[in-house]
Amino acid sequence: MSAATAPLSEGSTHEPDRARITVASAVSDTLVIARRNLLRNVRLPQLLLFATVQPIMFLLLFNFVFGGAIEGVLPPAAGGNYINWLVPGLIIQISTFGAGQTAIGLADDLDRGVIDRFRSLPMARSAVLTGRTFADLARNAAVVSLMMVVGFGIGFRYQTSFLGFLAGLLLGLLFSYALSWMMATIGLYVKTPEAVQSAVFLPVFPLVFASSVFLPTATMPSWLQAFADNQPITVITNALRGLMLGPGALPPGTSVSGAILTSLAWIAGITLVFSYLAVRAYRRAVD
Amino acid sequence: MPTSEPIVEVRDVVRCFGQVRALDGVSLAFEPGIIYGLLGPNGAGKTTLIRVLATLLRPDRGTVRVAGVDVVADPTGARARIGLAGQFAAVDEFLTGRENVEMVGRLYGLSAAETRRRSDEVLARIGLTHAAGRQVGTYSGGMRRRLDLAASLVGRPQVMFLDEPTTGIDPRNRMELWELIEDLVRSGTTVLLTTQYLDEADRLAHRIGVIDRGTIVSEGTADELKDAVGGAVLQLRVADDRREEAVAILRRVSGEEATYLPRERHVRIPARHGSRTLLEAVRALDAVGIEPDDLALHKPSLDDVFLALTGEAATHALTEQEPQEP
Ligand SMILES: Nc1ncnc2c1ncn2[C@@H]1O[C@H](COP(=O)(O)OP(=O)(O)O)[C@@H](O)[C@H]1O
Ligand SMILES: [Mg+2]
Repeated sequence: MSAATAPLSEGSTHEPDRARITVASAVSDTLVIARRNLLRNVRLPQLLLFATVQPIMFLLLFNFVFGGAIEGVLPPAAGGNYINWLVPGLIIQISTFGAGQTAIGLADDLDRGVIDRFRSLPMARSAVLTGRTFADLARNAAVVSLMMVVGFGIGFRYQTSFLGFLAGLLLGLLFSYALSWMMATIGLYVKTPEAVQSAVFLPVFPLVFASSVFLPTATMPSWLQAFADNQPITVITNALRGLMLGPGALPPGTSVSGAILTSLAWIAGITLVFSYLAVRAYRRAVD
Repeated sequence: MPTSEPIVEVRDVVRCFGQVRALDGVSLAFEPGIIYGLLGPNGAGKTTLIRVLATLLRPDRGTVRVAGVDVVADPTGARARIGLAGQFAAVDEFLTGRENVEMVGRLYGLSAAETRRRSDEVLARIGLTHAAGRQVGTYSGGMRRRLDLAASLVGRPQVMFLDEPTTGIDPRNRMELWELIEDLVRSGTTVLLTTQYLDEADRLAHRIGVIDRGTIVSEGTADELKDAVGGAVLQLRVADDRREEAVAILRRVSGEEATYLPRERHVRIPARHGSRTLLEAVRALDAVGIEPDDLALHKPSLDDVFLALTGEAATHALTEQEPQEP
C-alpha cells in the first residue's frame, strides 16, 4: 500500500479505455463471463461433485436396478439391452437437471452483488446472460461426455451410425441450451438462491418422469400418456432414440424426421420465448 | 477549487420504491480531487443514491452527471469513468485475487497485456501481491474488502463510489482501508463514500453531505457543519435515579432540550454561554445535592451535528422516550 507505486489514476481527465459497446467487445465480454462461470463449476467442490457423480450414479442405478425388469417391454430396436434405451433418455434427463444450475448460479450472483458489479462496468449488458448460458452449455457438454464414456463402458452401443449418434448428442445439447434460458428466467424472477432450488425442481421432476426418458409411455394411464407423449422432453428423447437406435425405437405412428422437426420447433420456441422473458426479468431484477 | 467543473452533479433527484420515497429531491455537486462523505442513518437513502450514480438505478426525476456524462443518457460512458464498491464485497470466492482483478480489467475493455500490467499495480497497491494467486475463499474479511474496493482501480476510474466501505470491519482493518482511500485521492481519484460513522466522515471527508429521509439536510466541511450547530455542549453523568431531576435543572439553566446518550450514559445539553452555563449548571445541581460525574464542556462534534440534523436524537431524548438500558 505504499504511495511510491505508480499512480493508477494518472490525473482525472484521461480518456476511458472503452466508452462504447461494439459487437467485438460484446463477444469478448461474453467469453470473459463464460470463463468465470466455468471456473465456478470446476472450483466449487459441491458443483463438481454434482456434475460428475450424479449422472454416473443415475446411469448405474437405473441400468442395474431397473434393467432386468424392463427389458421385456422395450421395442426390438433397443437390441434387447436396457442400456441402449436408457442412454438417450439420460442425456436429456442430465441436461434438464443440469440446466437448473443456470437458475441457481444467476440467483446466487444477484444475491452476492456480483451482477451489480457487472452492471457498473462498461461491458455489454447481454454478456451476463449469454456468458452464463454458453458456460452452462459447455458444462453440460462435458457432463454428457463423461456419462457417455461410462455408458460405453457398461455396454451402450448405438444401433445406427456414428453420424446419427453425433447428431443425437448435438440435438440434446441444443435442447439443454434452450432450457438454460428457461432456467435463467426462473432464477431472475425468484431471485433468492434457496427458493430457486425448489422453483427449479418443481417443474423438472414431473416433466422428466412423466416422459419416455426411463420407460415407454405405453404402460401409463391414458390421461398421463396423452400428456407424456406430447411434452417436449418425450419429443426430444424420441428424436435422440430415433437418431441413435433407429426408427424401430419410436412409438408406432411417429417417424424419426418428424420427431427431429418437432424437437427443433420446441427448441426454437423455448429459446425465443425464454430469452425474451429472461432479458425482461433481468431488467426487472436489477432496477 | 471552486472554479473547476463539478465531477459529480446531482440535481433534484427523486427515486421511489412503491410508496417509499427513498430519494426525495437530492441535489449535490462537488469538484474533482476530494473525498465527499455522504453521512446518514440507516434507511436515509445512501445506497439508493450510490446506485443511481453508478447507473444501477434510473432516477424517477432529476439529472445526474458524473465526470461530465449524463448517467441516464450515456450509461456506458459513465460506467467507463467510474468504479463501484457496494455495501457487501462482491468478489468471487472461487477465483484468485488476481483473477478477480483481471476479470474486472477485461470488462473495462483493456487488452490482456494491459490488464496484466495494471493488475500487478493494483495488487501491489493494496498489499495483496503475496496472496494474489490464492482463491479469495481463503482470504480474511479485511483482505476481501480491500480487494473489492480496489478491483475497479484497474479501470482507472475518475470517480470511485464506496458504499459504507468500513461497515462491519474491525478497527485495525478500518485504519488500513482509510489509508487506502486517502492514498487513492492522493493519486488523483475522486471518492464519494457513504457512512453512518461520524468519525469516519470527520477523518476522511473534505466535504460532508448529511442525508436524512431522502434529502440532503446540510452540507459543508466538518468545521462548517460544527459551526452551524452553534456553541459548546455540556456533557455529564449523574446517578441513574437522579437523572430526570438533573435533566429538568439543566433544561432550566440553559433553556435548551437535553439529550440522553444511553451507551455512554451521558446527559448532554447545548451550553450557549460556555463556561458560564457550566458554572450555573454545577451550582444548580449542587444546590439539590446532585454530584455530576465525568463533567466536560465540549466544542461541538460531528455527533452533535448529526443529532441536531437527522432527528436521530429524538429516539434517545429523555423527554420523548425512556432510554433503553444496556
Ligand atoms: N429495492 C427496494 N425496494 C423497496 N424499498 C427500498 C428498496 N431499496 C431501498 N428501499 C427503501 O428506501 C429507503 C432508503 O434505503 P437505502 O438507500 O438502502 O438507505 P441507506 O443505504 O441509507 O441505509 C429505505 O426506506 C429502504 O427501505
Ligand atoms: Mg445502505
